[in-house]
Amino acid sequence: MQIIQPHYHAIARTAQDYERMAMSGVVAVAEPAFWAGFDRLYPETFIDYFRQISEFEPTRAAQYGIRHFSWVAVNPKEAENPTLTREVLKSFPEFFAKPTVLGVGETGLHKSTKNECSSLEAHVEIAMKHGQLVLIHTPHLADKAHGTKRVLEVLAGMNVDRDRVWIDHVEEQTIRPCLDAGYWVGFTLYPITKCSPKRAVDLLEKYGTERILVNSSADWGPSDPFTLQECVLEYRRRGHSLQEAIEVFHNNPCRFLGQNPKFDIKPIRVETVI
Amino acid sequence: MLSPEQVVDTYFLEARHMLLEIAALLDRYDAAAARSGSHQSQSQGQATTTTTAADAKLAVLREALGVLREQGSTSERTVALLELFARV
Repeated sequence: MQIIQPHYHAIARTAQDYERMAMSGVVAVAEPAFWAGFDRLYPETFIDYFRQISEFEPTRAAQYGIRHFSWVAVNPKEAENPTLTREVLKSFPEFFAKPTVLGVGETGLHKSTKNECSSLEAHVEIAMKHGQLVLIHTPHLADKAHGTKRVLEVLAGMNVDRDRVWIDHVEEQTIRPCLDAGYWVGFTLYPITKCSPKRAVDLLEKYGTERILVNSSADWGPSDPFTLQECVLEYRRRGHSLQEAIEVFHNNPCRFLGQNPKFDIKPIRVETVI
Repeated sequence: MLSPEQVVDTYFLEARHMLLEIAALLDRYDAAAARSGSHQSQSQGQATTTTTAADAKLAVLREALGVLREQGSTSERTVALLELFARV
């Protein structure tokens, strides 16, 4: 089955992950800009990072037949340095012009501070001004519900095309207000700290498959890109058809990401050949 | 060996994850029961055996949660649960 991994931090992973993902049906990944594990000090550090994910990483993925796309952003954890954020934002249009950059992400909130909210607003504003997609990170664990509410409040005060905004890392307590407000949502599968493959399938069964993306993020922390395949297996094991699985794990990413014409992978339908 | 505080700090997220999985399992059961229209056992043939066994397993899981809820009574919760699960 063909799978698209819509949120994947490839630079934190080995070539073996690409190889095994290719062998398991992954045809494309999209890499949002991420936190490096420490707060970066210089705009140039971000710019080189954006070059890495928009220029170099596609060549590494291509060796395994995987298409690689990316996003640019200052991570919410680094939003406490507004001067740095402003400087990095100036570089975004240069990257919007790259052939595989899909938009702005992952922006969002970590502790929902005033600076983080200002940074989120600035990120969404520049994305909308340049007709880009937006990927929004919501906080982990204890801050999840409050942070997601703040994200929705910030967005509600802006002129955004909700079809082009994906609110990520939703869980049982945050999915409904995001869907009700008209945004796309993402389930991020982690071994311990976020959603699990089984819970993701529960959510798909409860809320349906429309405007939902499933990803395993897979960064430099405890994470596993193959939680996505575990989710496919769980979904199929519960009796959902191959086409239904394709709709969730391939076609929905095509529908959301394909709003940017650079993402040219089209939804597919399986047919029986007689 | 770990201090009491280290035990909590080290394993809190893992325990949180496991409890969420149990909560999700029970929610999944309730949703499935609602879809099928009843929590009751079916009345004929193989279906009776299967559903009765499932009911017994569910009851044991709920009983196990009760064992975990007891505070400070025993350090042998694991043994108690293994003996409980041996019933199904």
